[in-house]
Amino acid sequence: MISKEEVKHIANLARIGATEAELEKFQNDLSSVLAYVDKLKKLNLAGVEPTSHPLKIENVMRKDEARPWPQRLLQGFLKVKSIF
Amino acid sequence: MSLTELTIIRAHEGLIKKEFSALELTRAFLDKIEDLDKKISAFITVTPDSALFQAKKVDDLISQGKETPILGGIPLAVKDNILIDGVRCTAASKILEDYAAPYDATVIKKLKSQGAVFLGKTNLDEFAMGASTENSAFFPTKNPHDLSRVPGGSSGGSAAAVAAGFSVYALGSDTGGSIRQPASFCGIVGLKPTYGAVSRYGLMAMASSLDQIGPMTRNVADARIVFEAIAGKDKKDSTSIDYKIQDTRYKIQNMRIGVPKEYFIKGMDPEVEKSVKNAIKKLEAAGAKIQDISLPRSTDDALAAYYVIMPCEVSANLARYDGIKYGYSASGAKDLMDIYLKSRKEGFGKEVRRRIIIGTYALSSGYYEAYYLQAQKVRTKIIEDFNNVFKSVDAIVVPTAPTPAFKLEEKSKDPLSMYLADIFVTAVNLAGLPALSLPCGKTASGLPIGLQIIGKQFEENKILELGEFFEKL
Repeated sequence: MISKEEVKHIANLARIGATEAELEKFQNDLSSVLAYVDKLKKLNLAGVEPTSHPLKIENVMRKDEARPWPQRLLQGFLKVKSIF
Repeated sequence: MSLTELTIIRAHEGLIKKEFSALELTRAFLDKIEDLDKKISAFITVTPDSALFQAKKVDDLISQGKETPILGGIPLAVKDNILIDGVRCTAASKILEDYAAPYDATVIKKLKSQGAVFLGKTNLDEFAMGASTENSAFFPTKNPHDLSRVPGGSSGGSAAAVAAGFSVYALGSDTGGSIRQPASFCGIVGLKPTYGAVSRYGLMAMASSLDQIGPMTRNVADARIVFEAIAGKDKKDSTSIDYKIQDTRYKIQNMRIGVPKEYFIKGMDPEVEKSVKNAIKKLEAAGAKIQDISLPRSTDDALAAYYVIMPCEVSANLARYDGIKYGYSASGAKDLMDIYLKSRKEGFGKEVRRRIIIGTYALSSGYYEAYYLQAQKVRTKIIEDFNNVFKSVDAIVVPTAPTPAFKLEEKSKDPLSMYLADIFVTAVNLAGLPALSLPCGKTASGLPIGLQIIGKQFEENKILELGEFFEKL
């Protein structure tokens, strides 16, 4: 069983806010999902190459060109919330 | 037959023979949505003005004697995680409640070039995460066959719209069964294309190595038409592939169909088992060669690997919803960290947060090898298993889901029991294969049952052929 502190730490890393009650619920849910996927650990897969993509394709390169972006432009700048 | 029951092919014929106009056709659907969607809740947004405007344009072209493409003037519904320029696109999430799409997804652009009529945007599990459409931040969708039951998910709004006669067809997206499982629950046809066959540009990313857009239709012929219209290489999606569907015809007598024993498990609904086995018998009687095969890692292990890989990709893809770049931003935050924490807490629902947390955990230092890397290795083995099986069979036939549509709230309190609803569908995404779900019967109480036909990569044609053949049996 994963601890509540651990869940809180992970939630913080993921920038996910949660109430104490939600953290407890996440703790239970996360534990039961991890218990289910733990079966993968029992498989002997030494020497097997990992797959991150279902097709055998190569990187596609193109010119890095700016395209016009009409949204929220203010004197040529993108306007966002203050972050300081 | 009423206008709202027509297939694409029939509706197209009716339009060019001037049996009815595109305006009449579009109005029939808009009226039906107006009257009945209060009960079903398939749509998040309905766009009557632009739909009628587009229909009128098609009518003008027809009256001028211009050639009309097959999808011209045909009304469709679009899952609300696919962008239509200028139309609100919410992903059924509070975090994007007021977000207006700034451009067209490539699939939308392709349909617009044919003169398609967009009726509106359909409900889904938030960011396509779920198997019942109950994870929508707005409201659950009901199954048109039984209003006390779910339509499946995550493309539940699209499936319900087609089943209820609110649109001729719909677009959905499938990351781990999200087109096929709701198609099965709602008694319609759903095609999850080969990974890379359809551009993902303008589809809100959930798990990028698994996501595909596909058609949800009344029959297999319609699924082929929509698939052909949306498939193809797109320079805006570098994982898309230049690929044209072959037009080879297959004889059923030459078809070798694999039936894996692992897909007929204890605990599956006996009516589903009977109906699927019956479908296999019918195919055999028609001349197909049925072979017993084994796919030992494609159910349990695939589901476990999927529920590691998918949340890992989710945790990375959903990092962009930070309260700064787009969508909802919490008020009263004291610093930048607080903006992130509060916006994502208030903007995301429980399931989305749960998956981001699981993914972040599985990718974190000390757990990466045990979970993510191990799951990626299982993925390799699953692909090898399929490759081996496809040396001796043309297609694999299995159930789409272990049960018919379940009751609302039956599984929503227990995430793991909801995940298990995906037991027969996720291996296909991990291996990037095409798969079709089509109706193969009903339970005694009238709930639809779905048959799943899985093909080799880029062999959509073969599974569609087999599907069309099965429909005629």
